[in-house]
This record gives sequence, C-alpha cells and structure tokens, in this order.
Amino acid sequence: MSTKNVMIVGVGGQGSLLASKLLGRLLLDAGYDVKVSEVHGMSQRGGSVVTYVRYGEHVYSPVIDRGEADVIVSFELLEAARWLPYLKKDGTVVTNIQQIDPMPVITGAKQYPEDLVEKMKSTGAKVDALDCLALAEQAGSSKAVNIVLMGRLSHYFDMPEEAWQKAMEAIVPAKFLEMNKKAFELGKNA
Amino acid sequence: MKELMLGNKAFARGLYEAGCSFVSSYPGTPSTEVTEEAVKYDEIYCEWAPNEKVAMEAAFGASLAGVRSYCGMKHVGLNVAADPLYTMSYTGVNGGIVICVADDAGMHSSQNEQDSRHHAIASKVPMLEPSDSGETLSFVKLAYDLSEEYDTPVIVKMCTRVAHSQSVVETSDRVVPARKAYEKNIPKNVMMPGNAIKRHPFVEERTEKLRALAETASFNRIEWRDDSCTGKHVGIITCSTTYQYVREAFGNTVSVCKLGMVNPLPVQLIKDFAAKVDTLIVAEELDPIIENHCRALGLAVTGKDVLPICGEFSQNLLKKYLSPIICGEEFKDDDVNAVSDEIPGRPPVMCAGCPHRGLFYTLSKNKCTVLGDIGCYTLGAVAPLSAMDMTLCMGASVSAIHGFNKAGGGENEGKTVAVIGDSTFMHSGMTGLANIAYNQSDSTVIILDNSITGMTGHQQNPTTGLNIKGDPAGKIDLEALCRSMGFERVRVVDPYDLKACDAAIKEELAVKAPSVIISRRPCALLKNVKHNPPLRVNRDKCVGCKSCMKIGCPAISMKDGKAHIDNTLCVGCGICEQLCPVGAFESCQKED
Repeated sequence: MSTKNVMIVGVGGQGSLLASKLLGRLLLDAGYDVKVSEVHGMSQRGGSVVTYVRYGEHVYSPVIDRGEADVIVSFELLEAARWLPYLKKDGTVVTNIQQIDPMPVITGAKQYPEDLVEKMKSTGAKVDALDCLALAEQAGSSKAVNIVLMGRLSHYFDMPEEAWQKAMEAIVPAKFLEMNKKAFELGKNA
Repeated sequence: MKELMLGNKAFARGLYEAGCSFVSSYPGTPSTEVTEEAVKYDEIYCEWAPNEKVAMEAAFGASLAGVRSYCGMKHVGLNVAADPLYTMSYTGVNGGIVICVADDAGMHSSQNEQDSRHHAIASKVPMLEPSDSGETLSFVKLAYDLSEEYDTPVIVKMCTRVAHSQSVVETSDRVVPARKAYEKNIPKNVMMPGNAIKRHPFVEERTEKLRALAETASFNRIEWRDDSCTGKHVGIITCSTTYQYVREAFGNTVSVCKLGMVNPLPVQLIKDFAAKVDTLIVAEELDPIIENHCRALGLAVTGKDVLPICGEFSQNLLKKYLSPIICGEEFKDDDVNAVSDEIPGRPPVMCAGCPHRGLFYTLSKNKCTVLGDIGCYTLGAVAPLSAMDMTLCMGASVSAIHGFNKAGGGENEGKTVAVIGDSTFMHSGMTGLANIAYNQSDSTVIILDNSITGMTGHQQNPTTGLNIKGDPAGKIDLEALCRSMGFERVRVVDPYDLKACDAAIKEELAVKAPSVIISRRPCALLKNVKHNPPLRVNRDKCVGCKSCMKIGCPAISMKDGKAHIDNTLCVGCGICEQLCPVGAFESCQKED
C-alpha cells in the first residue's frame, strides 16, 4: 500500500499529543511502519500546532506536505481552514466546531472568518464537523475532546473497533479509561 | 523489542544501552527530551547544569574519572560550550564522551538557524548525523565506541525533525563497560602550550584515520537506483532527515550516497559515487558543507545553486527544485483546497495568568526601552504589549544594558531596563551583572523569577531548590547574590501588583545607582501553583473601553461591544481587574 497521511492540528495545549500517541500505537499494533512528527517548544504557548502521522509498508519522510493528507483532524475550526491546503483534493476534514480566537482577533486587528465549515465544503473537501466540546462534557470531561475526535476518525480508518479499544487501554490512564471510552463512542456515533 | 519512539527518547535509550552513567545538560529545544528521558533510567546519574559550558566540562570531568558521559544542548548552546569543546578535541577522553547538539532549521523555537556542522569541522571533532529514531539509537552506541577507540569526544547532531519525530526502534539490553582507571597524564590532559603543541598533530592524524574509516564503514552507504531505471543516472549525496525527503520524493529512481558521518567526510567514496552517475546533486539543509567538500575535490555538483540555504526542506521542496533536473518536469503544489478568506495568524502568546504580563504592561506603560533575553518573556515583544527593544542571546540583556547606558548616559539610564529570567540569569546573566557592579553604570536589571525554566517545558535550575528529579537541592538566593556583587538597591515585587511594579520601576530608573528588581511569582502553569477562581465581566458595568485589552490576555475578548472572559482559561490573576476604570470584573466566587 502507499503511505497514508493523517494530520492532527489545533491550538497549543489542546491535547493533540494523546491523540497522536493513540494513533501511533493503533497503527504499530496493526503491523504498519509508522512515523509521527510533532513540534515542541515555542508553539505550545497557545500557538498553532500540527502533528503528522504517516503509516504504510515503509515510511520515509516524517512530515506531510501540501496536498498530501488523506485526513485532517482539527481541534479548532480556524486551524482546519489554515491547514486545508495540506489536504488531498478529495481528502476528509474531521473537525471540532469550537472557535478559539487567536491574538490578532482578540486585539481587533483581524477578523475570525465566518461560515468556515461551508466554505471548506465548497472547495470540494469532505468536511465532517461536530461539537466535540459538548460531547466531551457529556462524556464527563472537557479534556476528552481528543478522544471524541478519535472516535469520529475511526469512521475513516479500516480498523476493527477492538483495535481502537486495545490502543486506548494501552495509552489512557486506567482511572480515565471508562470516561474516554464513552467519549470515543459519542464521537463515533455523533 | 520494537517500539515507536521519539528521536530524543531513542537518543536516551542509546545512552542507556551504551552504558553511559553521567549526564549533564542545559535544556534547549529541540534537545531537552534526551536528558528528560535519560533521567528515567535509575542507572544514569543526570543533572541540569547552569549552562552548556558547565555541562560539557562536567561531562569531561566524568570522562576523566573513567565513565561514559553525555552532555546535550541546542545549536546555540554549542556556542556557549565551544570553549571546552575545541580543547577537549586535543585532550581526547578517558571514558567515552558523546555530545548531542540539536539544530533547528526552520527556527521553530530558536533565535537563529546556524549549522552546527561548522563547529565539528572547526573543532576537528567527529560528528554523526542520524536520519530517524532507529539510527539515532544505533549511532549513539557507535559514537561511544568511536570516542574511546579514537580518543575523541563525538558529536551526534540531531535536528528538529529527527529529535521530535517518532519512528520504530529495536531496543536491546544495557552493557556497561568496565570503568577506566584515572591516571595522571600531564602531557595529555594539561593543555598549556608545550603540551598542546604536541597534541595538535595527534588531532590531525586522528581526523585522517576517521576519514579512512568513513570511506568503508557502514554508517556511510550507497543505495543504487533500481535496475529497471533507464535514462540519465542522477546521484544524490545527502544526510540527516533530508535523506528521508529524497527517498520520499524520488523513490528508487535516483542513486543515493547517504552519509551518517558528516565530519570528517570521505573522499574516495564520494569520488567513486560521482564517477558512476551522470549528474551529481548534494541535498543538505542549511549550509553547503558537503557541497563545498565535493567542489574542493574538483567534482561538478548541483547544490545551493538551486536548493535554498534558509529554512527546512520537505519532500515537495525537493520535488520543486530538483524535478526539473532529475526528470525534466516542473513540480507544482498549488492546486490544493483553500478557503478564500484571510486566515489570521495564531502566534504563541503569554499564557493567561502569566506573571510576566503585569511587569511587561508596566514597562509598556512607562515607555521603557527594554533590552530582552531568551525565554517565554521574549513574547513581551508581541503586540499589544510590544515591550521589547532587543533580544540577542542568553544573558545579553544584562551585558548590553551596561554598554547602552555607558554610551547613552543619563538619557538612556533614566528609561532603560534589562529583563532576564531566573534560569537565563543563572546561565549567563551573572557575569554581565558583575560588569555593571564593577564598571558602574546606573543600570536597572529586572530578574523575572518565575521559579522554573519555562520556555523549554519546566526544568529545575539553581534558583528553584529542586534537582532534575524534583528532589531537594541547593538553592541560590538571588537577593543575596546580587547584594554580594555590590548592588545596594535590590528589591522584590509581585508582578500581579501593578501599582507596586510601577513604583519600583519608576524609583529604580530615577535613582543614580545600579539596581536589581526581582519580579517574583511562579509560572502559572506549574502544577503546585494555586489559582484564584476565574473572573467574569459584569455586563451592566462594562463600558467597553477596552482598557483590559491592552494586556494581550488570551482569556479576554470583546463580545458584542463588552469584555468577555473565557473561564476555561482565566486563572484569576486580577491584572485586568486593576486596569478596569468601572470595576466591571468580579470574582466568580464572590456571588456563587
């Protein structure tokens, strides 16, 4: 198979690290060669963050380039739009509809664009948008947005449910496991 | 066992498996996790040193004592440690020494993108450069063997994409070599002219021996293109993560000479490779080092004449610049999905509740000239605070204010401050302060003491009273230290108290004497910090004057003409409350 590309994008501090860890585990257990690339440091201070997950028979580059992503998973709407050029023409965006104003918007220097879901759809991209924060809170913690997104992402992966469960058990601390499993189901069935 | 491992964690695993037992480092993105992962092995003694020079000298001492040692740093850290490095090249080692230097092409988290290979060449120290986590682990073990066999420190160079990418590694058990006896050896270890003169030829001979090794060793390898390929035979010499981009972009249609050792570089291997291809390309990030080596060998080569010197590479970048040469086709990646709206940038910002905010607001309000330094507080330069005039390197704020004030006199002295964090002050601010005390400029230095090394993700330092494991350790008293240098004016303020900050800055700038203000409050992200309940805006009182928007707090925005607080971000620091002319901010707790 050719290498598959998943990008996880969001705002520093939103919990994308756990999501990429979970994907890495899932794909390694499934027997793929995997590379996961993240950037630490300055970008964590509320900046735009991106993680690349690549898998296949043999993965070379650790990064995903413009027009290469099969799926973009976004924790925040503006970030989905920012990274959209990295999606394949017929790729899928799975995005949280939460909006977090960046500093140029807070200071009034720039506007947060309106109707981004519709605008992204009109480019030809498939867009699967859901209110992950509400679902995470329903599961028991606003911090479970990442697992809600993973539940939704599972629709676009040819991977049995048990494999996801097994990866979650390996990655998520025991005391949060039930809550996260619930968050996964809520995201999957939303 | 097969594991998916971060490059830096694989580095630490390599230290463990190679039997390294002493680690001393200063944190710096993207090198920090090597030491943070190494400390998880009980068999390895680990510490944060005050700076990279101290770390390298401590590692040298451990080597002298006969054990395998390590020190790690980012690219600019190697500038600080260059002094010991260049002479450790002469002394060589007793126990093996491995040095990690992590470059940051693309400047994800750095003030420049210097190419550390220059240091390896100039210091005549061998440098290995892995291209993924698996190679990182094996190169670290190889580096220790080379270090002891060739009597030299060995640098393993990382870059952001290798350090911060996870790929599959194969782990094995730890093997600790027998500790070597310490033997007094004045000609080898005391580098005064008479001895160093005799060591220099040894260094030159060693380089040629390593070059001979580089001709045939498996860390440098040639991968010929697929037999089925016809047409022009293109050969690419490459290293590090660029090797991965080459393979990603061109698969098996090109032949590749992949160099694992970037100093010294082989001669015959490259000549033979060049002789068998029709077109020779060198693909390397940053400076044309392999390319210049090829040119010196008289080879016709394509390199920085088409590829950029600035920034990171990627597969598409290589396709864009090299496809016309390799397959005679233009590569374009502009046919992609994109919304037509302008997407506002999302630069990093000071966190909600950051203790630096109140201080920088006060500096901005007083129109101070602010000579800055390296740390989270460099974000004080960002709008709307825009309260920074200069940032150069670690410690430069304290040294530069002295020159700025001496040259500018009273006009500068009355409105200029230096700002430096607690960890950066320990790193290289103290010597600058000594110069102010000694040569007497009326300079005001503000130490932003947030009780942690913040930017790199919370490492302890000599002022925190805790060691790398979080256990009690020695604690340097900043006030006593400054006083002992001769500063009579040393005062502490709480940066959450805007009136106190304003008074302290105004008074210390007015007085004709050198002074130190310690702005003290722990980083808002520290786990042991207790926060106030979040604030909320009383919409009946808020007049929408935007006074609270001057501080660039990510928790505050304007909604329908009135201030709004995101209560998931607000930690109740109260800076906005102090700025509000109508008392519209209320604690959530007061009424609930």
